[in-house]
Amino acid sequence: MDMSMRKGTPLSGPLAGVTLGRPMALSLAVVALAALAPWLVSAYELNLLARFLAMALLAMGLVLVWGQGGVLSLGQGVFFGLGGYAIAMHMKLAALGDGDLPDFMVWSGLDALPWWWVPFKSPLVAILGVVLVPGVVAALFSWAVFRRRVGGVYFALITQALALAFATLLISQQPSTGGFNGLTDFQTVMGVDLGTPAAAHGLYWLTLALVVGVFVALRALMTSRYGTLLRAIRDGENRIRFLGYDPTPFKVVAFTIGAVLAGLAGALFTLHAGVVSPALVGVVPSIEMVIWVAVGGRNSLAGAIAGTLAVNLAKDGVSSAFPDLWLYALGLVFVLVVTLLPGGLAGLVADAGGTTWGRRLKTLIMGEAK
Amino acid sequence: MNAQATASHIGTTAPASTLLLAVDGVTVDFDGFKALNGFSLTLDRGTLRVLIGPNGAGKSTLCDAIIGRVRATSGRVIFKDQDITHLPEHEIVRRGICRKFQTPGVLPGLSVVDNLMIAAKRDRRWWSTFRHGVAAEEKARVADILETIGLADRAAAPAGHLAHGEKQWLEIGMVVATRADLLLLDEPTAGMGPAETSQTAALIRRLVGQHAVLVIDHDMSFLEQLDARVTVMHQGQFLKEGSVAAIRADADVAAVYLGRAKEDTHHG
Ligand SMILES: Nc1ncnc2c1ncn2[C@@H]1O[C@H](COP(=O)(O)OP(=O)(O)OP(=O)(O)O)[C@@H](O)[C@H]1O
Ligand SMILES: [Mg+2]
Repeated sequence: MDMSMRKGTPLSGPLAGVTLGRPMALSLAVVALAALAPWLVSAYELNLLARFLAMALLAMGLVLVWGQGGVLSLGQGVFFGLGGYAIAMHMKLAALGDGDLPDFMVWSGLDALPWWWVPFKSPLVAILGVVLVPGVVAALFSWAVFRRRVGGVYFALITQALALAFATLLISQQPSTGGFNGLTDFQTVMGVDLGTPAAAHGLYWLTLALVVGVFVALRALMTSRYGTLLRAIRDGENRIRFLGYDPTPFKVVAFTIGAVLAGLAGALFTLHAGVVSPALVGVVPSIEMVIWVAVGGRNSLAGAIAGTLAVNLAKDGVSSAFPDLWLYALGLVFVLVVTLLPGGLAGLVADAGGTTWGRRLKTLIMGEAK
Repeated sequence: MNAQATASHIGTTAPASTLLLAVDGVTVDFDGFKALNGFSLTLDRGTLRVLIGPNGAGKSTLCDAIIGRVRATSGRVIFKDQDITHLPEHEIVRRGICRKFQTPGVLPGLSVVDNLMIAAKRDRRWWSTFRHGVAAEEKARVADILETIGLADRAAAPAGHLAHGEKQWLEIGMVVATRADLLLLDEPTAGMGPAETSQTAALIRRLVGQHAVLVIDHDMSFLEQLDARVTVMHQGQFLKEGSVAAIRADADVAAVYLGRAKEDTHHG
């Protein structure tokens, strides 16, 4: 939308309407730099970056759901967890011989694989499960809630309850879920040894490619008429209803896309981290996810990525030095952002255009304003 | 707005009868308070009707009941020979009724042109919104309406930045853009000066024929410029119907407004 307002070279063919201006050139440079990361940073740092980029997929989903759709979800951890557990279950099973049970099941005295584990022996089912399970759960759940016209704070509270229930369920069903410890100790996925640098690099690039692809796709969605209507519903749901649109499916689609991206993020995170557990999917992590996006700017895809990286880097630093302080620091950051910086980092960049130095910086990045 | 659009519009939907809307003995009960009390009204295609009545008479509630924002406790709303009393709001709108709200209901975060584009979109099913590009006919219609409501040079401005009168006009434009057969305009001149008011009257008179229009307003000079049949309601009930001149001269109507004025001064 706003791309056409800036200077640049219009492209033709399938990319007609896309302008190759300075923002595009800058994005390409950032992506190229990110692609070189395996040679620029240590293996430990690369693994951190890969985890954070996986989480950025979820954050971009929240831009659609929360920023554009005005639907605050405090339950994204559930979908993150569904994706993570789907791939982890497969890896647990793939490591076993025929008829064997995962170690924690044996310790809990189970003598047969629970029926819902069985399909995840198939890598195809597991990969489809990563996106379909969160997607279907989110679609059914959000449809049931939105068609009753429940929204706003009530919706946020329901999703928070969902996150609480999900984490509690995982812990209480220890024999079939691994309980508090979750699922861990996996070595291979699809026959690839996860311990090798090549696998780490490959997974990192896969994650980066997905981040780029999702960024482009979501931007196209946000500039389509669907995007306009989603924002219109956020700003005046009744007005839209009285223009002959049913708001429910628009919100369901946004919420479902957000959940699918969360599932994908959870699966990739699990591959990078080598573990998925209830501590990653409950109420507190779900709120943290919202904070990444609040810090970055809830209406900006680039802001969401930046916010996710910034908050998680800070978390890594603070929680290794002062483990007890992290939650307080996070709470403080959230309060500061909400009160002083409602547009997040992205809003800060946009506002900086008002000052002389900001204008110069913006001109440098964006090119000459029209 | 343009002749071609009008022709195809009527061509696709013209029915045998000229009766468009029948409100049939509708009661709306708010916890024992009857904002509408057995109210009836009929409206023919392409005609203009003005609805007046003192504050709290139930005029806005009538619009609400027609469009499904509140539900009739008893009675029926018949539109194009079909009972729409219990349809979901968006279904009612898709059948050809659109409403302008008393407080302007534009979408403040969207540009003026996006507001109109959303209203003008013919296919309002969600999956049709993923397609990029806008039908040429919708574009032309929006351009046409932008000219008519005098906002062509503000097309890219956020609707929230418009002056109050401009918002009123934008919302009238949105209602017209839906091509609804019945337009419900609740106090379209609120907050307008005399010049804007007569422009609005002229605009509404141009809409008649293509659309049936039900206008709610208090402003006497506006009613005279509209020069349409007037229905008077009071305490949720039908009181009188007649020409502007006849209504002005009517003793019952005067008593209702006067009684109201007296009450107000007592309260004040
Ligand atoms: N949701 C509601 N709950 C309870 N009472 C209501 C509700 N909506 C309207 N009313 C009452 O119903 C009566 C009719 O209201 P309505 O808004 O239809 O009047 P009106 O004729 O449009 O008045 P005005 O000229 O002030 O716009 C008023 O007394 C109002 O207080
Ligand atoms: Mg009213």
